Amino acid sequence: MDFVLFPDIGRPIRVATNNFVDYLVINYGDGFEAFSNFILFFLVQLEQVLRSANPVVVLLCIGLLTFAASRRIGLTIGMVIAMWVVGALGLWEQAMQTIAIMLVSVVLSVIIGIPLGVLASRSERFRAGLNPILDLMQTIPSFVYLIPAAMLFGLGKVPAILATVIYSAPPLIRLTDLGIRMVDTEVVEASRAFGATRWQVLRGVQIPLALPSIMQGVNQTMMMALAMVVIASMIGARGVGETVLLGLQRNDSGQGLIGGMAIVILAILFDRITQSAGHRMQAHRKVNG
Amino acid sequence: MSKIEVKNITKIFGPRDKEVLPKVEAGMSKEELLAETGHTLGLNNVSLTIGEGEIFVIMGLSGSGKSTMIRHFNRLIEPTAGQIIVDGVDVMSLNRKELEDFRRHKMSMVFQRFGLLPHRTVVQNVAYGLEVQGVKKQGREDKAREWIEAVGLGGFENQFPSQLSGGMQQRVGLARALATDADVLLMDEAFSALDPLIRSQMQDQLVELQEKLHKTIVFITHDLDEALRIGDKIAILKDGELSQVGTPPEILLQPADDYVRAFVRDVNRARVLTVDTVMQPPEWRITHDNMERALAEMRRKGEEYGYVVENKEFRGVVTQEALEEEINKPGKNPSLYEFADDSSKVDLESTIEAALPATLESDYPVAVVDEEGHFKGVLNTDEVGSILTPPDEGEEAEGDKTPDAAASDDGAIKDQDPAEDAQKSDKTSVKHAS
Repeated sequence: MDFVLFPDIGRPIRVATNNFVDYLVINYGDGFEAFSNFILFFLVQLEQVLRSANPVVVLLCIGLLTFAASRRIGLTIGMVIAMWVVGALGLWEQAMQTIAIMLVSVVLSVIIGIPLGVLASRSERFRAGLNPILDLMQTIPSFVYLIPAAMLFGLGKVPAILATVIYSAPPLIRLTDLGIRMVDTEVVEASRAFGATRWQVLRGVQIPLALPSIMQGVNQTMMMALAMVVIASMIGARGVGETVLLGLQRNDSGQGLIGGMAIVILAILFDRITQSAGHRMQAHRKVNG
Repeated sequence: MSKIEVKNITKIFGPRDKEVLPKVEAGMSKEELLAETGHTLGLNNVSLTIGEGEIFVIMGLSGSGKSTMIRHFNRLIEPTAGQIIVDGVDVMSLNRKELEDFRRHKMSMVFQRFGLLPHRTVVQNVAYGLEVQGVKKQGREDKAREWIEAVGLGGFENQFPSQLSGGMQQRVGLARALATDADVLLMDEAFSALDPLIRSQMQDQLVELQEKLHKTIVFITHDLDEALRIGDKIAILKDGELSQVGTPPEILLQPADDYVRAFVRDVNRARVLTVDTVMQPPEWRITHDNMERALAEMRRKGEEYGYVVENKEFRGVVTQEALEEEINKPGKNPSLYEFADDSSKVDLESTIEAALPATLESDYPVAVVDEEGHFKGVLNTDEVGSILTPPDEGEEAEGDKTPDAAASDDGAIKDQDPAEDAQKSDKTSVKHAS
């Protein structure tokens, strides 16, 4: 028999995967659609609120939020001006759509990420199994899972959110895990010594003390979600990403730049708000002898 | 009455601790075990009995297993083998729910680096044990405030731990442990992270609180001075094995092995030992108030001085010289009870350090009296001198005395004599000066 150095395993994998996706679509299509509608419901609600609100009210809300998080007047004014610039660039509507997609993705990431992070911090084995999956989620090109996602959920916002969650949840999971592991063992021990249940230790000690780290994770998740908007727009999610995409398709560098500027401004805005919230949480988290 | 019974606790650190246990039981040493199996022997067959209301100190250097030991009491660490019985209940048999309950009500703990919750205020920290028990906010904070007051931190209730000094933080730790009303207090190197001055304040405070509370306290330390100062009983751990258990004077005066002896050498014994461990029974006493009779007795016995005792009560010291002088004076002799000099005496319970000035100033052994003023014995300068000298290498080298060691022993003894002479002449010069 002839020796073959490279047996063709690519083809079987391809066929099996396609068959599997077809199988899912045929047999569980309704389930996926229900899930899709469920997420879409929240997204649409949020988007409508943001888009129908008077821009002045939105600007005021951003100002209040920044001030609540940072207690700094200068930063607050800066952030309001930055958001005003987005409007002045003519991308207000798109920015609201992007914010809605981003917020829903972040909420989903938090719902999935924090429990996984907590589990990873408790079990070495779980963490060992989770780590390569997280690596995969962060490195695999989004289009690889966008194709089946588009088949399962249809084109549009939901697969965009799914892609965003897959890409942006890993830092939150890792930072939650790290944050809980970094909590002073003596404090945890003290809590156990007083008879705290595992839930009491987690809720009363570990999560509160890991919160600065978890906030850092939320911040990273937001940044990565914003980085995904252009790709998300390729499968039909509207928003600022679409502006960039149109610039690309029409060979219109100016439009691309405007879209890019809006994304950067949004990124800075959410970064500053979450950073300063995280910073203020740090106030009494450390005991310095 | 024993409150806590530790029975044959062995702890091996490693993934297959139960499997290697037979090797340890067969007598394999810590080093061999580590080399052969990669497991670390933490504690080896330790048994202790801790009495109700006692301050029991477990002492050892780092790596001796003392912190491992204390974490077995409330099962923060699971033993490989052995039992811990508290009030007749085997702690090892408790399931998770029962164990949580046990930790909530029976034992509380104070930590070396305080273990305070940094995101909570002092009052919330002190109330933590009660919060875990499910006590309502108002009730637990009222109780917390009482204990904050008791440890002397009134006014700091709403500060965060990071705003307090180390000593104050540990007071918070102590108040938190006391607030749950547990009978047993575990203190893991509780004062080791504090400055020496603050540390001795905290030791005093603990002893003071203990006089009121009568808790059973298990105290871990690496500092023998601390152990001797607060401990009713001391257990000395070395490499996970028990070297000696005893009261402070037993540890100081009868060290069980070279390891304990080496520890004991650097201790300030004068501060630890009390007069009753050193005093001698009185050779004779004068139990009447007749001067002539007393003088006659003294001459017959050839004694320079005598202790006058009336119904067990110490009245003073008289010397032959003073008696002769007084009898030769014209007029009626006063009562010997009144005449005797009772200015120098020491208390049975006081430390040798406190008794030292009186001992050195006196020409004759100082009388020792108890609380009721009863004459108990005498304190001899020579005895005090010898007890303050740590047991030296001579005892250790007893078995295998090399010529060198013997020579140096002699030297040591020779050195000692002039020192004592000097002490005596010091004493007389003090007397003359006064």
